[in-house]
Amino acid sequence: MSIHPGTAAKHKAPEDQTAASAAKVRRRSPTRVNPALYLFPLPAVAVVAFFLVMPTLQAFQYAITDWNGFSAAFNYVGLDNFIRAFTKDSLFTNALTNNLKFVLLVVIAQTLFSLILALLLTKNSRGSILLRALFFFPTILSSVSVAFIWKFIYDPNFGLANSVLRTVGVDGGAYLGNDAQALYWVAVTQVWFHSGQMMVVYIAGLQAIPRELYEAAEMDGANKWQQFKSITWPFVAPATSIVVAYTTVQSFKAFDLILGIAGNPPKSSLDILSTRIYSTFANSEFGYAAAQSIIFMAMIALVTWLQRRLLRLTPKGD
Amino acid sequence: MLASLSRRAILAIYAVIIIVPLTVVAFGSFKTTQELFAGPFSLPHSLSADNFTEVVGGQNLGSSFMNSVIVTGISVPLTLFLASLAGYAVSRLKGFMSWAIFGFLVLGMAIPAQANMVPLYVLFGRLGLLDNLVSLILANVVSTLPIAVFILGGFMRTLPKELYEASSIDGSGPWKTYSSIALPLSAPSIAAAAIFLFVIHWNELLYPLLFIQTPGNRTLPLALLSFQGEFQTNYPLLFAGVILASLPVVVAYVFLQRYFVAGITAGASKG
Repeated sequence: MSIHPGTAAKHKAPEDQTAASAAKVRRRSPTRVNPALYLFPLPAVAVVAFFLVMPTLQAFQYAITDWNGFSAAFNYVGLDNFIRAFTKDSLFTNALTNNLKFVLLVVIAQTLFSLILALLLTKNSRGSILLRALFFFPTILSSVSVAFIWKFIYDPNFGLANSVLRTVGVDGGAYLGNDAQALYWVAVTQVWFHSGQMMVVYIAGLQAIPRELYEAAEMDGANKWQQFKSITWPFVAPATSIVVAYTTVQSFKAFDLILGIAGNPPKSSLDILSTRIYSTFANSEFGYAAAQSIIFMAMIALVTWLQRRLLRLTPKGD
Repeated sequence: MLASLSRRAILAIYAVIIIVPLTVVAFGSFKTTQELFAGPFSLPHSLSADNFTEVVGGQNLGSSFMNSVIVTGISVPLTLFLASLAGYAVSRLKGFMSWAIFGFLVLGMAIPAQANMVPLYVLFGRLGLLDNLVSLILANVVSTLPIAVFILGGFMRTLPKELYEASSIDGSGPWKTYSSIALPLSAPSIAAAAIFLFVIHWNELLYPLLFIQTPGNRTLPLALLSFQGEFQTNYPLLFAGVILASLPVVVAYVFLQRYFVAGITAGASKG
């Protein structure tokens, strides 16, 4: 290689640049931003500012008051509401514990289960497509509908679960009537409700894996488990972080399902943060409810952030 | 061999766990309570629509159905319209402004409904919108706008810029380019977002619970929830309510199944 190409390039470069920038200018001029374009996002921005951002900021203001929602007078009480929530209000700490337990249960169960379903239904055969549609179906129902269906399944006297168990001669359980177990049974319902949706996210991830990788692995004599560990898992790691993040938010907000299955207000073994906030609000403690809702928002942010940290530790193909 | 057998077993068992309860609900909605408890799996003796006429007539489910149709029928197109306008602008504006507008609108995805429900209740109270379907429409629109902008704006950014340029060379203003080029080309993402929003708005429970007081203004999920208190164990009546509340979504699902999956996954993978 001589020095010529380099020199030639050096000589040519300024010309190229001018040509390029000329083209840029030429291409840009007709698309110069029309000022009217700034009007387009205006309605959306106004609606979001007025009905979403402003109320959220206001929640911070309410949270440091003892406002009851009706009287004109209220006092600023500083962090009293937050201190009360964590130290003096066993109803709140109970809801917080229940909520964390519920999220942990659902995230683990739903992530694993939806991955298993996806692995079993990755191939685009007719049977798989039909089953995918069936497994996805519960997702479109309303939470109240799902709650009623499962209330009947769990009914200790007339319910489906115990009728099935009786036919095989087993004594059924009390399910939701058993305070120690109630939350677990609602977690089962939540997993039934949304696993199909998460399965579809996983299937999209799985179908992006090049087939050749498996063929190569098979030729190298890798068994199924080794193939899963070194090909499938690294590839589905991004889907996993989506599934985990979405399931977390979804199970934090299992409000509708709990109200439907347990009634309003739910008994303490099924009370979670969102139902507790609602009860506080319905009790006209607006300031305190706002403080609880800020704790709720912080909780979701914290758990999501923690998961990001933990999932980053996932080995990316070793 | 063994692997494929256990694969089939798992799938079959889960299929049963989904199909059986749904079938029991469908059959049960035609039964009497005694008949349901005597044999939950048996076919109903007769296709008597008594439960349905009772829930539609006696329990205001008919007017709730209409309220749900009105609220969803306005909320979904309105959200799509505002989101597509914003998404279009974001895809055409450049630099900081585009980034700032998009960021501002999408940031709302991080705010859970419970976080601002108290101030929103107060605000609607001051605007005189409590116990009014308008409050539900506004709350639906604003709570789903961020994700709709995310889906539509994300899609519109991928459209080739040359089409817009050609259109403006032809002398079209931004409105013309938006309505005759950007919107039609975004049809797939609009369809996906529409179905995603339909499922959310149709099933929304928290906002009606907060803002609606009189039974005549209830939407379906709220009316159903109030059943629970009144008819603790009248399951056939609850089931008839479940079927009525689910019917529009189920019918749409049967015909547009592919779009449902696309829409809800777009929501899931970007939520």
